Amino acid sequence: MTVLLIALGAAVGAPLRYLTDRAVQSRHDSVFPWGTLTVNVVGSLLLGVLVGLPAGPTVSALLGTGFCGALTTYSTFSYETLRLAKGGSRLLALANALVSVAAGLAAATVGYALARVLIG
Amino acid sequence: MAEPLDPRTDPDVDLRVPVDRGELTARPATILATIAAGGVLGALARAGLQHAATHPPTGFPWATFGINLSGCLLIGVLMAVLGHLGGGHPLLRPFLGVGVLGGFTTFSTYAVDVQQAFVAGAPGIALAYLAATVLGALVAVGLGDAATAGLLRRRAAR
Repeated sequence: MTVLLIALGAAVGAPLRYLTDRAVQSRHDSVFPWGTLTVNVVGSLLLGVLVGLPAGPTVSALLGTGFCGALTTYSTFSYETLRLAKGGSRLLALANALVSVAAGLAAATVGYALARVLIG
Repeated sequence: MAEPLDPRTDPDVDLRVPVDRGELTARPATILATIAAGGVLGALARAGLQHAATHPPTGFPWATFGINLSGCLLIGVLMAVLGHLGGGHPLLRPFLGVGVLGGFTTFSTYAVDVQQAFVAGAPGIALAYLAATVLGALVAVGLGDAATAGLLRRRAAR
């Protein structure tokens, strides 16, 4: 059952990352990877909420491990950072690494705190 | 035509690459289903490893650390191979890059595990994990890319 829930969440999360990245890129003509930053921050916020509630095993498998796990990505983030650095945009590469980590951690913290406030 | 090792910036989608721009309009269902299938495989592999090596909130998340570093190494390898092939099969990047490796690696678990280590009163572990993952991931992706590109160049020169 858990395996099915994770699979279902991932089957939605991975294409949603791709679609979000497309949508963000079509609106911003920038070399900075705003699309990946967006999914990583949103996913971290949502997982923070799920951990803060805390969600039961069913919701955790579906939305946490499956959806948030597949929506967010470390591989694309690291490759984009590498490409920025290799393309001569070292400052942007450094900014991407620092902003992603800081914003992801902040989002996880805000999500967790929000959930804690909600449940009292 | 894509040049070998063309400077594509994004394994998920790079709208400056003509093939990427057109792939969703040409056959949206196939592309999205391929990404979903890859994402499921990657996520299940990650879940299996995380289940096999759980960690307390104050402990170092070795499973996710290993997942993210190996996934970053592999995306470097994959993108160098795809660059060498001039893009390769049109479903290869969506399946392996967007789906499998995107679904395997995770940023949300990384961020929440760092935050949870702080909450659990282990700031040392939190900071060590925070820094080791991001630095390790960047070294891994650079290594995967450089080693693969070097091997392919040497093979092509023979």
